[in-house]
Amino acid sequence: MEYIKSTSPKNGVVLIELNRPEKRNALNNATLQALAACLQQLDADPAIKAVVITGNEQCFAAGADLNELAQLDVIRIQQDRRPQLWKSIDEFSKPLIMAVNGYALGAGFELALHGDIVLTGDNAQFALPEIGLGMLPGAGGTQRLARLAGQQLTMRWAMTGEMLDAPAAVQYGLSSQICPAALTVQYAVELAEKISKQAPLAIRVIKQSLKSIHEVTLSQGLKLERQHFVWLAATQDRQEGINAFLEKRKPEFRGV
Amino acid sequence: MDYQTVIVEEKNAVGYLTFNRPKQLNSFNEVMHKEVSAVLKAWAKDKAIRAVVISAEGRGFCAGQDLNDRVVDPNADAPDLGLSIEKYYNPLIKVITEMPKPVICAVNGVAAGAGANIALACDIVIAAQSASFIQAFCRLGLVPDSGGTWFLPRLVGRAQAMGLAMLGDKISAERAAQLGMIWQVAADNALKIEAEKMAEHLAKQPTYGLSLIKKAIHAAAGNNLDDQLILERDLQRLAGRSSDYREGVQAFMQKRTPEYKGC
Repeated sequence: MEYIKSTSPKNGVVLIELNRPEKRNALNNATLQALAACLQQLDADPAIKAVVITGNEQCFAAGADLNELAQLDVIRIQQDRRPQLWKSIDEFSKPLIMAVNGYALGAGFELALHGDIVLTGDNAQFALPEIGLGMLPGAGGTQRLARLAGQQLTMRWAMTGEMLDAPAAVQYGLSSQICPAALTVQYAVELAEKISKQAPLAIRVIKQSLKSIHEVTLSQGLKLERQHFVWLAATQDRQEGINAFLEKRKPEFRGV
Repeated sequence: MDYQTVIVEEKNAVGYLTFNRPKQLNSFNEVMHKEVSAVLKAWAKDKAIRAVVISAEGRGFCAGQDLNDRVVDPNADAPDLGLSIEKYYNPLIKVITEMPKPVICAVNGVAAGAGANIALACDIVIAAQSASFIQAFCRLGLVPDSGGTWFLPRLVGRAQAMGLAMLGDKISAERAAQLGMIWQVAADNALKIEAEKMAEHLAKQPTYGLSLIKKAIHAAAGNNLDDQLILERDLQRLAGRSSDYREGVQAFMQKRTPEYKGC
């Protein structure tokens, strides 16, 4: 049984589908491992420009695997590999788009929060239900969510496990678009294809620059942004971009 | 399954839900709420049902809340009317408006309070000549619920909505049709036949496409034109993938009557 399915690259885009429908795509260790490994491989492949992750139309991912969690005592949790796996997903350097239909709960919600861009189906439901199990979100739920939606809402959601629907996700900055559920993946792939046509080096530093906002102060961030800006000046794609604009044609970026 | 307060019939892909507390003018009590909800929820999912008709037994359609369920003791704490709305009426209005198939309401007699608004929540309303509509809430110091304050201004405009809601006058089926509140008036003895005819027609139509129309029209109330145009694009994309659309185009090319399956 394959925990994830990935399509072969088309226009530089790979679609990864979480594939444990009978467990509502619960993110057990094996699934997370497969996902991290797959992303690592795609990161190293220069033909890949962007990646879309989705579940199925009813469910993105309904949390971690409770049976696995139940077996972990405090010692084993210290030795748990999951934090490493999450880190490697976080370190994926290319655009990562999440196409979220249906339930994104607990770890599923946290996985969605790893997306650079999130598209939600109109049936999407997000929640951090860990509190109901006497736990807290353990894969960045309190951190990433609070940075996006702020303390008030995140406290409330993390302390109650309340559900957020698709309009709420857009309203609070967790998603950039609502799609009819049957079209979410198509629109996410189209968006990824649009991005894949851009200059890869510029895309890379845009991602780095944006992800650094949670790590550094504004003045440091502005400095970093400036460095990226200067560095891009040395690339051929920048020249191509400017030339194409002046010559009123479409640029052809080569990632150099 | 046996019901105490409704009559349920499924015939030719049409689900007929008939309120059946005629002595109480089909006003809602808790049992009726539960039965109506169970039936409509099941039909929402049932692919074999492609149109729904809501009507009622006796001389009234529905008098809204059964006030015998709400005895108000002047010395007790104020009742929480929000509770039954949250628990019963709001979910009922949502199950009707979100039903992915046409819902016809055949209003046979007086439709008062929530009863009127349940009718207005349906997609197509046919009223018998002798039927009437009353936004009775204002007479008791209450607010039109079950979507009343949302449906009325959209159906008849603000001026008429205010008049209806604040005066609480009984208006005839004729007047309701003139105002654009309902689709059609039928002779009293023709109501059932008209509703059935329409339902059987709709049950043979492209149900999925109809469900998307319904979605678009409901969304229009909250959208600006730009958003609505985008929604139309999205829904048309979905519609274009349906087998009924293919069948429709093929039947047109082959000059025959299409046979729609509803998907």
